[in-house]
Amino acid sequence: MSRKLLDLWVGVFVALGLAALLFLALKVGNLAAASFSDTYSVTAKFANIGGLKVRAPVKSAGVVVGRVSGIHFDSESYEAVVNLTIDGRYRFPKDTFALILTAGLLGEQYIGLDPGGDEAMLKADDVIAKTQSAVVLETLISQFMFNKAAEGPSEK
Amino acid sequence: MSDRRQGSGKLVTALTSLGHGVTEALLRLGFATRFFLMLLLWSGQSFRRIHLTIREIYFSGFQSLLIIMVSGLFIGMVLGMQGYETLQRYGSAEALGVLVALSLVRELGPVVAALLFASRAGSSITAEIGLMKATEQLTAMDMMAVNPIARVVAPRFWGGVISMPLLAALFSATGVFGGYLIGVVFIGVDEGAFWSQMQASVDFRYDVWSGIVKSFVFGIAVSLIAVFEGYDALPTAEGVSSSIKGTVVKSALAILALDFVLTSFMFREV
Amino acid sequence: MSADNLVAIKDLDFAYEDRLILDGISLQIPRGKVVAIMGGSGCGKTTLLRLIGGQLRPSRGEIVVDGQSVPDLRDDELYALRRRMGMLFQFGALFTDINVFDNVAYQMREHTDLPEELVRDMVLMKLNAVGLRGAHQLMPAELSGGMARRVALARAIALDPMLIMYDEPFAGLDPISLGVIGQLIRKLNDALGATTIMVTHDIQESLLIVDFIYFMSDGKVVALGTPAEIRASKHPFVHQFVFAEADGPVPFHYPATPLAQELLGRGARE
Repeated sequence: MSRKLLDLWVGVFVALGLAALLFLALKVGNLAAASFSDTYSVTAKFANIGGLKVRAPVKSAGVVVGRVSGIHFDSESYEAVVNLTIDGRYRFPKDTFALILTAGLLGEQYIGLDPGGDEAMLKADDVIAKTQSAVVLETLISQFMFNKAAEGPSEK
Repeated sequence: MSDRRQGSGKLVTALTSLGHGVTEALLRLGFATRFFLMLLLWSGQSFRRIHLTIREIYFSGFQSLLIIMVSGLFIGMVLGMQGYETLQRYGSAEALGVLVALSLVRELGPVVAALLFASRAGSSITAEIGLMKATEQLTAMDMMAVNPIARVVAPRFWGGVISMPLLAALFSATGVFGGYLIGVVFIGVDEGAFWSQMQASVDFRYDVWSGIVKSFVFGIAVSLIAVFEGYDALPTAEGVSSSIKGTVVKSALAILALDFVLTSFMFREV
Repeated sequence: MSADNLVAIKDLDFAYEDRLILDGISLQIPRGKVVAIMGGSGCGKTTLLRLIGGQLRPSRGEIVVDGQSVPDLRDDELYALRRRMGMLFQFGALFTDINVFDNVAYQMREHTDLPEELVRDMVLMKLNAVGLRGAHQLMPAELSGGMARRVALARAIALDPMLIMYDEPFAGLDPISLGVIGQLIRKLNDALGATTIMVTHDIQESLLIVDFIYFMSDGKVVALGTPAEIRASKHPFVHQFVFAEADGPVPFHYPATPLAQELLGRGARE
């Protein structure tokens, strides 16, 4: 087997392998979408984060604009502190609402950003003041039952 | 009285052979580590005279293409069939792409490709080196002042390490295609949903990259086992044959054990 | 013994695991001579060659080759010494993946910067010396045993070594090839001005070509002398060897109880 032929076939092999890797990275995975080169980080505090996990998407108007990069517990205010990494292309007003929503009825939880009207924009390391915690099913049910019980035997 | 003495004699023999076995295993482990370090030390030539390594990439990598891609295709197709059968019961047939892609990229790609590589390329590496040892070619090389580890062993090791991640990627890619073939083309799952859900759920860093790291680690393990078994073979026909069996069995065990360890590190609920 | 010895071995001990293979052995190989080392199988002859080539380390004693103490050499010094030695292995040990020409050219390409045209000329000359110039395109698998041995000989003398070592050069050859190899060993030694050590148990062929013979048994030298002295020797071991007697100091029967007792003893019990 001459050297040139050998080199040719090895080149073909390596090219195929790299093409497969590229295919997996771009077509199968979300490398293109996930490669936010320029990002900034903000924080939001929640009374209850429900089932929110790190790497959960941050969406606005249904479009993914960032990812949850960290979740911590503040032992002074007894609240959950969530770090959001947002794509540098998008700027949000200072009075944006951060809500914890559920994808579908029983799906994964994510953070939704509802922009406000403030002219000043959120900068890196800012804190989102307005937040709405996750809807916890048990609380909902007990509230419902409490309300039902409060209504009582009035409608007879 | 004599019976009891006989019994305790057998126990002593059993313990002694256990002790021997453990010492033997430790000695071999020590020898294997020293061998690995020598291999790394003498790897310079594998890259300075890159042609040595290129030749090995051809024999280990290129010549494994057929079996890797065909196996990948079939496994992808089976995943497509089995996946659809289960998912459609819960109305989630559109998640088929996700199922196929994640199974392949995280686990089946690296693991099965490594197992196939060990049995095809690994065993032929062991055979080559073992036969060269048995016919005194390695000794002859040594006597001609050419280091056999630098010239024969190291290029085969690096050839395997370079080929493995590429083969795993090819396996996964053909597998996804196989799943697509069955799911979308034959069964009729929505093409758009197939790909879009897949893209949304497969994360490069978490899933694809973990798979690449796994296949790289497997490549090191399998290549090391293959060259070591060949180099350490007894220079007889039975010795070489036994070493080849050793390569396949030990590689399989190593791959599965490492897979467990790596998976538990990588895929944890944070 | 001449004062100028290329190889001087003194009080050498070599043990493998717990077996003492060489026991305080001493011998000298004078420059420019062809010396045979003979003895029954397993007496340590091949071990001696490996010790001279630096592949094994003695437990005790000295090995001096061309003024250098072999066990004390560093790796690069040892390799430099080996470039001046040529070794012919028992079955040739040609590299089976390259052809005859490339086998002979191997050392030239490895250790010298000679241009290809010069290498080509040298290779063809060496092959011509052993009578196989026309076979230079063949692969080792296509050669007969005798031809492979001759190619290996051409390879061993590729860099005009000062010391040529032969490990059982006559083993398994037909009478014609025997004669050819024997003649080549003598002629090449004289033509190159080299020193030759031949490990063999072919007494008749050796007596025709060597200058001196050492007889070994159980790791020690038991007899030595020129071919004429050996032929005339009254030493029982030498006599048995030279005249190929079935029984003598090397017994015919493996140790066992006397035959009569073995056969009749059992019969008597009935």
